[in-house]
Amino acid sequence: MSGRDVVLRKVRRALGVTGEEAARRSAVAERLKKSEPNIIPERGKRDREGRVALFREMAEAVSATVERVAASDDVPTAIARYLREQNLPAAFRAGADPAIGALPWDREPNLTRLSGASDGRDTVGLSCAIAGVAESGTLVLVSGPDNPTTINFLPDAHIVMLSADDIAGDYETVWQRMRERFGAGKAPRTVNLVTGPSRSADIEQTLILGAHGPRALHIIVVG
Amino acid sequence: MKRTPPQHPHVGLFVTCLVDLFRPSVGFAAIKLLEEASCTIDVPAAQTCCGQPAYNSGDRADARAIAKSVIEAFEPYDYVVAPSGSCAGMLKKHYPALLADDAQWRPRAERMAAHTFELVSFLTDVLGVTAVAARHDGSVTYHDSCSGLRELGIQTQPRQLLRSVDGLELLELKNADVCCGFGGTFCVKYSDLSNAIVERKTADIAESGAETLLAGDLGCLMNMAGKLKREGRATKSRHVAEVLAGMTDAPAIGEGVSE
Amino acid sequence: MNLTADRFKDNVRVALDDDQLQRALTHVRSNFIERRAKAVDALPEFEALREAARAVKDHALTHLDLYLEAYETRVAESGGHVHYAETAADARDVILNICRKAGARTVTKGKSMIAEEVDLNNHLEAHGVEPVETDLGEYIIQLRGEVPSHIIAPAVHVNQDQVEADFRRVHTHLAAERDLAEPTSLLAEARGVLRDRFLAADVGITGANFLVAETGTSIIVTNEGNGDLTQILPRIHIVIASIEKIVPTLEDATTILRLLARSATGQDMSVYTTLSTGPRRPDDPDGPDEYHVVILDNGRTAMLGTEFQDMLRCIRCGACMNHCPVYHAVGGHAYGATYPGPMGQVLDPAIFGLKATHDLPNASTFCGRCESVCPMKIPLPKMMRHWRDKEFERGLSPAPQRWGIRAWAFLARRPALYRLATGLMMRALGNLGSDRGRFQMLPFAGGWTAHRDLPAPEGRTFMSAYRAKAQNKGRKT
Repeated sequence: MSGRDVVLRKVRRALGVTGEEAARRSAVAERLKKSEPNIIPERGKRDREGRVALFREMAEAVSATVERVAASDDVPTAIARYLREQNLPAAFRAGADPAIGALPWDREPNLTRLSGASDGRDTVGLSCAIAGVAESGTLVLVSGPDNPTTINFLPDAHIVMLSADDIAGDYETVWQRMRERFGAGKAPRTVNLVTGPSRSADIEQTLILGAHGPRALHIIVVG
Repeated sequence: MKRTPPQHPHVGLFVTCLVDLFRPSVGFAAIKLLEEASCTIDVPAAQTCCGQPAYNSGDRADARAIAKSVIEAFEPYDYVVAPSGSCAGMLKKHYPALLADDAQWRPRAERMAAHTFELVSFLTDVLGVTAVAARHDGSVTYHDSCSGLRELGIQTQPRQLLRSVDGLELLELKNADVCCGFGGTFCVKYSDLSNAIVERKTADIAESGAETLLAGDLGCLMNMAGKLKREGRATKSRHVAEVLAGMTDAPAIGEGVSE
Repeated sequence: MNLTADRFKDNVRVALDDDQLQRALTHVRSNFIERRAKAVDALPEFEALREAARAVKDHALTHLDLYLEAYETRVAESGGHVHYAETAADARDVILNICRKAGARTVTKGKSMIAEEVDLNNHLEAHGVEPVETDLGEYIIQLRGEVPSHIIAPAVHVNQDQVEADFRRVHTHLAAERDLAEPTSLLAEARGVLRDRFLAADVGITGANFLVAETGTSIIVTNEGNGDLTQILPRIHIVIASIEKIVPTLEDATTILRLLARSATGQDMSVYTTLSTGPRRPDDPDGPDEYHVVILDNGRTAMLGTEFQDMLRCIRCGACMNHCPVYHAVGGHAYGATYPGPMGQVLDPAIFGLKATHDLPNASTFCGRCESVCPMKIPLPKMMRHWRDKEFERGLSPAPQRWGIRAWAFLARRPALYRLATGLMMRALGNLGSDRGRFQMLPFAGGWTAHRDLPAPEGRTFMSAYRAKAQNKGRKT
């Protein structure tokens, strides 16, 4: 008997079930199909501007930096300024996201843009988040050629573009959008919920930023 | 679940084994407090112990037998009151669980549980007492015993009554909600561990600067008093009922006639 | 793993005498507790979330067979592989086979208590595969040849100067005169050393906080980002998780996520919550080519449907140990089994057998603080008591203790005899102790008097004094 059959048989024996019970099967199928929220905290239930403000407050509370620009056309300049202020090189790596490609990069001719996944030698990475979650200041990034996951983790500084329209109050709203985008029951290889730059408190419970992931997380909210 | 108590509730006093054996003063203080709140009190002769030592040592058969005899002795009363959060918690929370699979005894256990209270919680939560007529000149601090605190929700009640005692200064204890390391048989089975825990407690007690340590459970008090004495500290230890009843003539816990 | 739970009392003695350990434990006693309290207070729905989370897990557990099936179907659809392991040995074999097939020489690892439970590292090493722990805490203890002393802060027993000494001892390729005086420089050094290992690894192994049936997704929660580098850089990602990690939907996982970090570290959310579904997709520029999930039983199905089922709700936040006076006193290694603290005192006997671990469920004052902070409302003291019942039934507790309890119960069930015996004894003790009011030594009371005085009884028992008073009153009226 396979390990699978042994374990499933033990589970069923312990529960006193066969696995064929119609009521149980339909209860499970229903729950999986409906994906109903349980309890959503009031905190995130705000209008668009309220969500942007809360997102910013929560993200800054976990040591991310946040700036807001009026339009996507302002992003290259914002990036160039951030890199200058942080004494970072004027070069970054980004994926094939059309939202990044369509930006007026010619406004900042000194910026160097590298494409594709990161191999660990990039100082700065740029990604587009598919959503933000106001209740905890969390970014939602998905893998793929548009935004390779390595860019989220290998560079020292991670800059993330986020449309203000995509800031949801809670995670549940994001899951629903993902189902619409990727299909029910499906998910991209990696979905990263990122809440601040990486950190560790493993040495005497002292919180230090910049463990294995980025030391700095800069979020540019657009719109 | 708040009910209006009868005008002169008939209370069965569950003395608890430690009070019975080690510190009768606490029992008499409880009687005084209850009588002042116009209760009629009975002390059923059939009581010995609530059965926790057996229950917590895995001896369920003996624990059940003891539970049944306690129920038999105490179910006639309007209320069962014990000067201990631990023992009251045993009657109130654990008897129904212990007898859950017994169709005959479970309802009886549940009925009694609904009428069982720790002393201070009974005075305040059930009888609505908000002040006592007592005097105690000096500073005290209060340790929240675990069962009373977490099983029965006793935290503000004793402090409220203590604030009504003339002359008494209540100093807060750091980590008052942290266990003292008693734990019934734990303190002798794991003596080193228990000691490490109570050491921290006595340091906090000393830091409070209070002259007297109060608590609602004699087991915890004997543990803390025993450690305070071993460390040569001057802090006195008493059951909270003694101070609330104004009955502090007896030597403090662990002190003799010569002190 | 080196199971020493059968020497629990000796372990306690050693831990109490260990000054370094005692120094390190001061951080547990303050930081975790304050941070959790602050985070919980800031979320008004916390209590309601606890109830909802409990309902999620209870539902998942009573339908576990069906959710496992749904989960593995989704994993297969996304191109991944599910392996079931009935025992720790099965899990080790499955993982070693995957590594061998891949010709793997080094394996990076995210923090996984399941990997500790099945003693994976020793097995891999013994078969020529080098495991590299990448969580900073796990890395530190791997250098020290130790096991975790805490389920979320594995190196909580180690002080900063000890870490510095370990780094200097092991990282001999770095300049001897480098400055490691600050935690930041220690972290930076670990980051640099491990970055190379991440990039060179053939296989990455992580645990899972959740397995989501709806999508066939495994979720891990970390702060450092090591779990992510572990799974996206090597060619193969292996997830090792126990059966009870299953939740039905992303919404259900979310409900528990809102409790997890708050209960653990006092964060609203950990920095990285990562959802992994299958291997990289055809046009993905990064991510693993293979994705395997090893689902472990190892004693858990024997808890299902019993008085221990509630324990399977545990989400490994560590709040119980962070609030435990026993853990505070001795730290995690004294328990001598994979899982320390209250959750371990319930879980270890189920995994490693009650005989070898019977001290663990006993070493509790039942103060109940663990249960009061458990986000999943697991009645930990109650379940420790259930283990004590089993121990008593099977006669595993020391005979003198068993007979002591039985003798005492014999008396307690006979009030008249009890009264006579205790009355005589208290009178004698009262007379002996009346002068000083306490005993420093007493025959048969060494467990008490080793560390504290025993307050002397007042002399007369309450029952006899009360009867005498009542009779007196009767005569007067």
